Amino acid sequence: MQNKEEKYWSPYLAGFVLGLVLLATFVVMGRGLGASGAMMRSVTYVVDTVSPQHVDNNPYYAKYAGGEKNPLNNWLVFEVIGVLLGGLLSGLIAGRFSLKTEHGPRISPKGRLAFAFLGGGIMGFGARLALGCTSGQALSGGATLATGSWAFMMAMFAAAYAVAYFVRKQWI
Amino acid sequence: MFTPLFKFNFFGVEISYVIAAVIGILFGYTLERAGFGDAKKLANQFYFRDMTVLKVMFTAIVVAMAGILLLNLVGILDIKQIYINPTYLWPQIVGGIIMGIGFVIGGYCPGTSLVASATGKLDGMMYVAGALFGMLVFAESFPLFQDFTKTGFMGNAKLTDWLGLSPGIVAFLVIVMALFMFWGAEILEKKFKVEES
Repeated sequence: MQNKEEKYWSPYLAGFVLGLVLLATFVVMGRGLGASGAMMRSVTYVVDTVSPQHVDNNPYYAKYAGGEKNPLNNWLVFEVIGVLLGGLLSGLIAGRFSLKTEHGPRISPKGRLAFAFLGGGIMGFGARLALGCTSGQALSGGATLATGSWAFMMAMFAAAYAVAYFVRKQWI
Repeated sequence: MFTPLFKFNFFGVEISYVIAAVIGILFGYTLERAGFGDAKKLANQFYFRDMTVLKVMFTAIVVAMAGILLLNLVGILDIKQIYINPTYLWPQIVGGIIMGIGFVIGGYCPGTSLVASATGKLDGMMYVAGALFGMLVFAESFPLFQDFTKTGFMGNAKLTDWLGLSPGIVAFLVIVMALFMFWGAEILEKKFKVEES
């Protein structure tokens, strides 16, 4: 730990600011925040560059990039570029930018990286099935009281708590 | 009613992309300040050691929800113009379960993994690589479960329809539930907190 590293905000303050950002998004744009949609568009862009025909023949890709559509020409893509910049900015100001691997006391950095890839893979798949992730469903759908978003949120937290015991060596 | 501004044609698509980047910066900055760029902090949520995730998420949901309803009440925000996530109940529940499992294994969710990557965390970058791969697998295998993705469709269903209560009452119940969870979270943290390096 560098002692010049700034403290995190209180969770309630961070939540209040996040709520205002989300509210402003609804007031200005009429939509909420997101993350995984932009990732899917990046994947589609790469596949579309390699084989446009493959994209046109797959109904899921085609939704994003069928014919002449550019999958990156989308509001969420620009929002996610902002997320990366905002995260970097805060990390730099707070003295928290450093190349390192976050891992629990009982797992090697290499093991942690393997689990990060695995967990990311599972979550990437799940996010597309659930039509969004923690940002697009739980936060944005939660605030607009969308029924499916609340069902999603409960299912996600329940499953995480149910599985936590079995992967505890990774974290505690 | 004159908002959402975009829906009332205050600006066009190009300007909306600039706004997207500004909102994204605020979003990413806030997530980092909350401590969401650290997988250990996020995962500790599931061992009751650090309930930051729950506190931040539900405070944000309550603030945005109350803000939307109040701005509608005073005639500023047209609630009919805002996007409501459509409900496809079964894929959302199954997808939620899959994501919960991925969350506790990977230590991030998609948004927080981007923030972790931006602050140099290698596990965040591996998570992003994994998530992109998982999405590739989803799209490639989509024809196999295409029918399932359309099950449980309920249109733009809201909790108010499901419970048969007015938005004000539902908002009040959500706020009470959030306060109850915050109270529980503080107790759990005290009970399970460990002094770490």
